[in-house]
Amino acid sequence: MSVVGPVDGTGAPAPGTGGGRGLDASRVSWSAGSRLILDGVDATAPPGAVSGLLGPNGSGKSTLLRAIAATQVPDAGEVRFGGEDLLGMPRRRRARRLALVEQDASTDLPVSVLDAVLLGRIPHRSLLAGDSEADRAVAHEALVRAGVEDLAHRSLATLSGGERQRVHMARALAQEPALLLLDEPTNHLDIAAQLAAMTVLRKLAADGVTVLAALHDLNLAASSCDHVVVLAQGRVVAAGPVREVLVPAVIEPVYGVRCDVLTHPRTGRPVLVFGD
Amino acid sequence: MTSPARTRTAGPPAVGAPADRPAARRRATPWWLAGASVALVVSVVVAVTIGPADLTWSDVWRAVATHVGLGGPLGLDPLPLLQDGMVWQLRLPRVLTAAAVGAGLAICGAVMQSLTRNPLADPYLLGLSSGASLGAVLVLVLGVSVLLPVAAFGGAVLALVAALALAGSLGAVTPTRTVLAGLAVSQLAAAATSFVIFWSATGDSYREILSWLMGSVAGATWTSVAIAGGAVLVLGTLLASTGSVLDAFTFGDTAAAGLGVAVNRTRWLLLVGVALLTGALVSVSGSIGFVGLILPHAVRLLTGARHRVLLPLAALLGASFLVWADTLARTIFAPRELPVGILTAAIGAPVFAIILWRGRRAL
Repeated sequence: MSVVGPVDGTGAPAPGTGGGRGLDASRVSWSAGSRLILDGVDATAPPGAVSGLLGPNGSGKSTLLRAIAATQVPDAGEVRFGGEDLLGMPRRRRARRLALVEQDASTDLPVSVLDAVLLGRIPHRSLLAGDSEADRAVAHEALVRAGVEDLAHRSLATLSGGERQRVHMARALAQEPALLLLDEPTNHLDIAAQLAAMTVLRKLAADGVTVLAALHDLNLAASSCDHVVVLAQGRVVAAGPVREVLVPAVIEPVYGVRCDVLTHPRTGRPVLVFGD
Repeated sequence: MTSPARTRTAGPPAVGAPADRPAARRRATPWWLAGASVALVVSVVVAVTIGPADLTWSDVWRAVATHVGLGGPLGLDPLPLLQDGMVWQLRLPRVLTAAAVGAGLAICGAVMQSLTRNPLADPYLLGLSSGASLGAVLVLVLGVSVLLPVAAFGGAVLALVAALALAGSLGAVTPTRTVLAGLAVSQLAAAATSFVIFWSATGDSYREILSWLMGSVAGATWTSVAIAGGAVLVLGTLLASTGSVLDAFTFGDTAAAGLGVAVNRTRWLLLVGVALLTGALVSVSGSIGFVGLILPHAVRLLTGARHRVLLPLAALLGASFLVWADTLARTIFAPRELPVGILTAAIGAPVFAIILWRGRRAL
């Protein structure tokens, strides 16, 4: 039951120069030992749009993101971005094309925000070189885009969860990716921080970056995504514009809950209500 | 095809504000390195003059000039034989060995901590010191007819192979597997060492063994300088040049892979580099504690966690630190010597506590 359609009009996705034809993963499979986690996933993310990767716990969202980023190379399948083969690409080149924001990136060592963001410049320079003025300019711009430039000189350990999440986004942006992957970027954040994070993603998409974010909150996906992909048990069960996919016929069997879809009185976007 | 994210406007210059601390810290970096280099040279020269016989800076200079063949051209008279021997045969090799061991341990400790993302990691993590101890004790107690450094190095390498084989047999060599496999090997070697000592050591060999187990550079010769110094110059320089790669591991393996680092290959190479360097150091000095564990933390608190600064600075400060620790070890209860391992912790722990307290906001 795959619904594939054009990106809906909201958010005005600029025709991406970076994404070209966007992200196109086909028949991606990965198993942990004998357990099949991804079972021939076909997923796309349109260029210059925010795509949500949805599905219950254990449905394979994180694994799919890691497979696309090739930090966990899939057993089979193909991942193309803007027509280029991401899996076959040299790692450093791939790290300049895409960035992955993990769920629980942390460290016990004392690191300043600026130093953390400068890590994103590593794929762009020789491994023996230090950071240049240009690297610092890009890092600064990444901090601005993520809305955390005031924190540049704080220690990472002293930040709140929401601030830290946006610093990790800034680190990914310092890689200057045309494809940005995020694993539950709004986890553990309060509602204001969730919306702030999604606003950052919407702005990036408007600038032409192709964004694919694994999300748990279906209403956040409904309000902020252009396109959604729904995974269940390692397979894609539906994909397409928010309005077409976030419907009871898709959500109820996947999550096993009753669901009604209303329309937001101001934005006209879908609002999901759960339970009997 | 440029990515849109790359098209940046001429925004505000990066970190320009004069008041910001890390930027100031960044600018201060060359001064730290220059200061630490000068401190090391001064430490070596001064440490050679300290001890029972009255020696001056110029005596040290004369002895060195004579032996490297500059005495004639510079019109310097050679020192009297006794003093010359004191400088050239006893103190200088000892001080230089201490410096090389200190530098190497500090680099190895910093690399291990970053690679395993474990603040408690030290150069001996993979069971290296326990393996080396077993090799050394076999020589000291059982009189196995192998040179002690060779036996110690062999023990360290065997421990490394065992630890990596165990970690590797579990799958990818992740930090946790590395730490736990090292622990297993380490405990086994320690048990074997204890058994050998308990079963066969007698009176005199006890003190010799104890001094070796606690670490000492008392018996250093020019051969020790060549082994430790050569290892530090070659392997230490290689390890210290991997700054960016180690930086990429800050947020773990997946993050490093996402930055274009070949995670598994890099980890293997660095682990083997650390192990060979540590093995060489342990073979001449025994397992000196504290330097490789605490010094990297102290330097991180002073100058930040970027490895391009951390590794060379830790090496320079580690060298000076061990030179002074060893100088105290041989002088405070002279003519009796303390194992330098006691001194490293006795001086280092309070100093570290102060640095920890001053840097508390960064933790």
